[in-house]
This record gives sequence, C-alpha cells and structure tokens, in this order.
Amino acid sequence: MKIFKSKIFKHFLNNPLAVAGTVVILIILLLALFAPLLAPQNPYDLEKLELANSLKPPVWMEGGELPFLLGTDMQGRDIFSTILYGSRVSFIVGITVVLITGIVGGTIGLLAGYYGGILDSILMRMGDSLLSFSQTLIAMLLLGLFKQSSVLLVILAISITGWVQYARTIRSEVLSVKEEEYIQASRAVGNNDFRIIVKHVLPNAVSPLLVVAAVHFGIAIMLEATLSFLGVGIPITKPSLGMLIAEGRNFLYAGMWWMVFFPGLILMATVFSLNLISDWLRDEIDPKIDTGL
Amino acid sequence: MITFVIRRFLQGLVVLFVVSFIAFFIFQYLGDPVLTLAGRYASQEQQAMVRKTLGLDHPFFIQYLKFVGNALRGNFGMSYVSRVPVLELIIERLPASIELALMAELLAVVVGITLGVYVAANPRNFLSKFFMTGSLFGVSLPTFLVGIILIFIFSINFKLLPSSGRGEVVQIIGSWRTSFLTLDGLKHIILPAFTLGMFQMALIFRMTRNTMLEALGAEYIRTAKAKGLRRVKVLVKHALRNALIPVITMIGLQFGQLIGFAIVTESIFQWPGAGNLLLTSMYESDFPVVASYIIMVAIVVLLINIVVDISYALLNPRIRYK
Repeated sequence: MKIFKSKIFKHFLNNPLAVAGTVVILIILLLALFAPLLAPQNPYDLEKLELANSLKPPVWMEGGELPFLLGTDMQGRDIFSTILYGSRVSFIVGITVVLITGIVGGTIGLLAGYYGGILDSILMRMGDSLLSFSQTLIAMLLLGLFKQSSVLLVILAISITGWVQYARTIRSEVLSVKEEEYIQASRAVGNNDFRIIVKHVLPNAVSPLLVVAAVHFGIAIMLEATLSFLGVGIPITKPSLGMLIAEGRNFLYAGMWWMVFFPGLILMATVFSLNLISDWLRDEIDPKIDTGL
Repeated sequence: MITFVIRRFLQGLVVLFVVSFIAFFIFQYLGDPVLTLAGRYASQEQQAMVRKTLGLDHPFFIQYLKFVGNALRGNFGMSYVSRVPVLELIIERLPASIELALMAELLAVVVGITLGVYVAANPRNFLSKFFMTGSLFGVSLPTFLVGIILIFIFSINFKLLPSSGRGEVVQIIGSWRTSFLTLDGLKHIILPAFTLGMFQMALIFRMTRNTMLEALGAEYIRTAKAKGLRRVKVLVKHALRNALIPVITMIGLQFGQLIGFAIVTESIFQWPGAGNLLLTSMYESDFPVVASYIIMVAIVVLLINIVVDISYALLNPRIRYK
C-alpha cells in the first residue's frame, strides 16, 4: 500500500510513543468491537447475574475464580465483561462526537473564515462565549435538568460545545489560505465560491483538524465518563466506565479496589494513548496548532 | 481602548441576556412550581394564589421582565426544597468554593510555571522528559478519577489526609468561615485542591514550556546572555516576563472550565461549596437554585473574561483591537 511507503509513515515509525499509543488504542478498540464474542458474561442481561458471585476479587487473589478474570461487582457483574461493553460505549460516543462536531465546526469555521463579515463575527463570538463556560457544566445541566438519558442525548450534550475548537482552528487556517495566489487565480478564471471553497480552500486548510480531532476524541471520552460518573450520562441499563467507577468507589473503603482500578486504567490508557497520537500529529503537521490542550 | 472596553461589555451583556433567558426558562417552566410550592393536596384556590404570587398568570414577556427585575434586586426566589431565599443559600456556600478554587489555582500556577521554566531551560534533561510525560497524564485523567485515586492512596491506604468535608473552620468577617486558619482545615483542603488543580497545572506547565522555548529563541535573550547576565536572571527577568502573557490569558479563559471541574471535585470530597449545592439541587429538581447559580456563574465568567482581555491589551501593545 502506498501509505506504508510514505514519508509520514516513516516518521510515525520513528516515534515510539506514537506507535505505542496507536497499538494500545487498536487493542482496546478490538476488545470493544468484539465484546460480545470475548466477554464471558453479558453484564447487562439481568438474568445471567447471580448474587452468589458478587464482590469477587480478581482471579489471582484469594477468593477469586474463573470466569471472573478481574473480579465482580456488588450485583455479581463480571468486571472484565463490563469494561469491554463499557469501552464500546466510550468509543461510540467519542467517534460520533468527533464526527458531528468536526463536520459542523469545520463547516462553520470554513464559511466564517472565507466570507468574514457579520456572519463571521456572530458565529465566532458565539463560539467564544460557549468556550468560556465549562463544557462539563453545560452538558451536565442539559442532561440533568430534563431527567432524560440515552447515548444519543449524551452525544448531543457533548457536541453542543465541542464544535468551537474545530471552527476556530480551521478559520485561522482559511484566513491565511484565502490570500494565496492560487485562490485568486481560481477566482479569476471564473470559478464560483462553492467550487473554490471545496476544491481549493478545504484541502489546504483541513489537516490541522486532525490534531484537534485526536485531542477532542479523548476529551469526549473523559466527558462521557464524568457525566456517567455523576449519574446524568449513559442510562443505568447500559454499561459505562464512569458508572462502574462511581459504583466501585463506595467499596474502596472496604479495600475492594478492582471495581475502580481496572475501568479507571482502561479509561486513562485510552485517553493517554490518544494524546500521544495527537502530540505526534501536531509536531508532524504544525506545532503551532491550538487545540486547547 | 475605551471603545474596545465598551464593546466587550456590550458583548458580555448579550451573552448575559441569553443566559438569563435560559435561567428564566429553567426557573419558570421546568417542573411545576405551583405543585411544588403549594403542595400536592392544595385546593384550587390555594393553587391559584400561588400562581398569582409567582406571576404565572401574566404573559410570557412580563414574566421574564419581572424575573430579571427581581434578579437585579438580588431576589432569586425561594428554594423549593429548603424554603429559604436562594441567594442566602448560595452565598452561604460561596466561601468554601472560593477557597478551594483559590488554593487549586495557586497550586496550579506555582507548580505549573516553575516546572515549565525548568523544562524549557533544560529541554534534554531526564527530569524534563519525566515532567513532560507526567503532564500528558495530567490532561489524560478526568477530574473524578484523580480525586478517587488521591483518596485511595492518601486517605484509605496511608490514612494521611481526610477525604471529606472542610474540617474545622474559623469565622472571620461576617458569615465567611475559612478553613485556612486551622491545621485541620488545611489538611482537608489539600486533596480537593490537588484534584481540582491537576488539569490546570498540566495545561499551565505545557503552555509555559512552549512560550518559554519560543522566548528563549529570541534575539534579546542572546543579547542578554552576551552581556554576561546570570542564567537565572535571563530566564526569569527577560524570558519569563514575555512568556507569561499568553499563559495569564489562558489561566483567565480557563476559569470557566475550573467551575465545571469544581462541581465534580466538590461532589467527590463532599465539599460544602456552591458546586455541590448545584448538583444536589439538580438531582432534587430545585430549579430556582439551579437558575440563580447559572446566572451567577455567567456574571463571574464574563467579568473575568473582560478583565483578561483588557489586561492582555495592556500587557501586549502589539495587539491592536479594531
């Protein structure tokens, strides 16, 4: 394949941190993807749960037993299975949020930067105002006040504030691309705005969005976990890492650490790996890109 | 400059208008205030009276204007749950929140900037690489997880620091109770402050490092070095001074995020602050409290943003505002 011979791929291989991050993400992604095949138990099929299996420690500790590799929670749910299903939700939320906010924010920034004027002022001021409030607070209130929860609502609540960074990044890129000679040449031959934007401006301004997306992916996953931790995120009938940690927290005082430790570890490993990749991408594309991190 | 300040204020007012509208919506239309205040078993007349005292019989815009008018006079209504004026409820909780935020910000600024300068000055050092990786962990951990990890290590395992509440507090001016003046209070604030400050610390550190590296490459630094100035003096007096401008801006702009993280932190450490109040009010559908909290947060955030913008313009004459 062409990509394996490209320069950027060689740079990638020379950066052990980025490679490690990618490997970790791929492993967690595969585990999440094949959760129904890999998990010894469907943790949210209530009929499969047995209270006799509750609060078992990981298998290598005294009292632990198979198939509960990483132990169980209060209701006899297998922690390993719940983590697999939970990271599935994390990835679904993360990917959807990045796609929605990337497309919406990218389009807004593209148009605002290209046309300028009053449209630009209004949209960017709106973005600034949203950005100055806490994303956590806004999402929490949206979900908490209406007492509704579903994966889709969580995605929307996170997306409402998420588009701004994309818009700002691509806008500043468009502002400089716009002045290039090839844009003027394209206009001179009589191309309309739509064609110029899609054919010339977009391809030359889009790459920094990759860096923003990589950072935002991690932020979205953290935000989903935080919302679920606070009890306003993913509904309790579905597994999620944040909720697992919220439940497990009460058992820490009794020395039962596995309900918090393993989901926390997966959460951290996911976001940390995404940040490793985004750090590398930023150095590769343009170290000056502002991602808010 | 003056037109710039006036413009920022006008923009702030627009945002405040939108926020007050949202708050009004929450206040008046979420849940049923009549049922909540008059009770489930109230008679028709009683319900009508509550409706009248709340002004719910007026048209929408009159209701909104009344709401704003009341808010301007500091009257944010009564809490549905505790039947106390909302403003009192929030003001009572503010000292705890302000002290926690101050402590966290102080921690983040001091540690973040110190490490940032150190790493920029010694980029290839082993310790620098260690700090860089550490900062990446700092931005990869959600606040609630940091709090839980700290509690597990320092409260449960080593039993060194307490994990809930403010501990012993001392009354100072008026109703302000502080936890800064007792040893027990100070012990209680360490873990929450670290939890809240961690993310900011990592951000400030990374930002300081970047701007310091940029500053150190500038010509005036070479001149200062060539003059034979001491290394520390070059770093702090010449480079840091210029490197700090964007860092200060970021700290100001990040304040809104800090409020969000404070809610999470306060809930984990059962800190009796305004964030915790918001969370319980939200769970209990105590809408007047939520609405007032939102307005207060908006005012604080907007004021800070304006101050940051003005100080940025003052600090950096190169920035021209059209």
